[in-house]
Amino acid sequence: MDIIMADIRKEFQFPVLFKECSIDLSNFYDPGRRQYNANELLGKVAELSSPNALKTIGLFKVDLFIPILTYIFGQAFLNGNTGIVSLYRLRNEHYGLEKDEKLQLERFKKVIIHELGHSFGLTHCHNPVCIMRSSTYVEDIDQKDHHFCHTCKSLLDEKRRELIGSNKHKRL
Amino acid sequence: MGEKISILIVDDEESVRDSLYNWFIDDGYIVECAENAKKALTMLEARNFDIILSDFKMPGMDGMEFHRRVKTFVKEPIFIIMTAFASVDSAVQALKNGAFDYITKPFDPDDLSHLIRNAAMQVALKNENENLKIKISTLVDVEDLIGESEALKKVLKEVESVAQSNSSVIITGESGTGKELIARAIHSNSPRKFFPMISVHCGALSESLLESELFGHEKGAFTGASFNRKGRFEMADGGTIFLDEIATISPKMQVELLRVLESKTFVRVGGNKEISSDFRVICATNRELKSMVEKGTFREDLFYRLNVVNIKVPPLRERVEDIPLLANYFIKKYCASMSRDLISIEPAALQHLEKLEFPGNVRELENMIERAIVIGSGKVIKLKDLPMGKEAISSSIESLDELKKKHIGMILNKYNWNISRAAKALNIDRATLYAKIKKFDLKVEK
Repeated sequence: MDIIMADIRKEFQFPVLFKECSIDLSNFYDPGRRQYNANELLGKVAELSSPNALKTIGLFKVDLFIPILTYIFGQAFLNGNTGIVSLYRLRNEHYGLEKDEKLQLERFKKVIIHELGHSFGLTHCHNPVCIMRSSTYVEDIDQKDHHFCHTCKSLLDEKRRELIGSNKHKRL
Repeated sequence: MGEKISILIVDDEESVRDSLYNWFIDDGYIVECAENAKKALTMLEARNFDIILSDFKMPGMDGMEFHRRVKTFVKEPIFIIMTAFASVDSAVQALKNGAFDYITKPFDPDDLSHLIRNAAMQVALKNENENLKIKISTLVDVEDLIGESEALKKVLKEVESVAQSNSSVIITGESGTGKELIARAIHSNSPRKFFPMISVHCGALSESLLESELFGHEKGAFTGASFNRKGRFEMADGGTIFLDEIATISPKMQVELLRVLESKTFVRVGGNKEISSDFRVICATNRELKSMVEKGTFREDLFYRLNVVNIKVPPLRERVEDIPLLANYFIKKYCASMSRDLISIEPAALQHLEKLEFPGNVRELENMIERAIVIGSGKVIKLKDLPMGKEAISSSIESLDELKKKHIGMILNKYNWNISRAAKALNIDRATLYAKIKKFDLKVEK
């Protein structure tokens, strides 16, 4: 997690804090779909987030869904304060491939940065290597970099400047 | 992509609306939601949407009925049905009714992504197609019909109103006023624009040639007719036939023409098979057809058949304010065709053109500019490059003194004010020439 946190700090230029919490996930389980409801989990993350945090991302190991989609890697509201990301579908084993922990963490980091990008008001980008490019398959995630393209970076910097004024004491 | 694509999500389940809203907002689309079809229809009356994603089973109006109503809107959006597995049959029915696609709930994120990308591409193509169509028709509008005068604007307004109909049109006007251009403008703005406009110059053909030209002929119809040939009426099928100098056709051809216009059918010369053709007739003449009817030289029934709409093209002298625009247009046209750098016209030359009568109208002005570009060598068309003799003929000079003044001035300019040579050309002595210069207050042009 330290490497991931360092990279997030580098991309967003905000201090990053990692905190472990325990949640009873059974309340979020949908037996019909055998998955966990991401919308409801997102609400829980919002409840648990610290008032000192600028943005909070909940990290999970379970398979997430939203009612309309068969699965999601993660989700965050545009310009919102919270988001969630799951490691479940980022594992090679899920696709019948050999375990690759390094690749799995790399994907995890990319999805976290991508969802945080949404929470900073960034929409999907058409640049093929930009972290804000939409990814619906793990292979898509592998194609892109964990950095923002020039355009998205400029938009993020603008957003950062706005936020720094009013949230000097906060962190991710 | 140019303008942002707008999506309307119609579903009675709030969680579905919210999820899709967030998904599409992240993709940079403009998104709005409605909880039922009735509300969606109200929203569609207020603004256009490019794509509609609608649930199939909704309380009240279902997706099928909603789609049927959406199809009545002028700008029909792309319609995508969202359905559960149980109602795939109904979704297939919706596809048959013209829906773009359907997607079963819950969606695979990749399927949804692809579906919307395809729909967005379809929207972009549709918009591009519409823009190109507008471009094509406006291009035809502006080309060649140059002028800002009220007289020309009135004609163009008539062209606009008559273009959409199928009525016969007679265009009258002096020679060289651009009657064929007006005919072309009518054709190009009509629903027939994607079919040909066939022009026939009736005055240039003898009776028998015109007959064969208009109706075509069969092999062996006359000496030299070695092949079957389509006539102009046949070639104009779906489009427009333009009969220039209609007043010159013989009484026999007038009868033939009337018959064709009434039945839209004809037989090739030497043939016996009746051919039908769907054409619109536009005629042009520089003569007063009505007085020809009164004199009995033009058939009255044909006149009324042709004269459903009459457009009178004004002579150039009645739209003098268009002369500078026309002159500059022809300069550009001929400089481009002669691969020369663009030149200009000096104010004195332009003023001179504005004073001319132009009995040959725009055609005469065009020839004058072409000649000036050919004979002039500089970067500016000067007064001396324009035919002064023409002016003497076509201007409204009435007094003999005025004519003398113009003529002496022209000869002096021609010989660069060399008095001896000018006097010799005028066949007068130098002293007389000096006296004339003084009398008419002639001065060297700068």
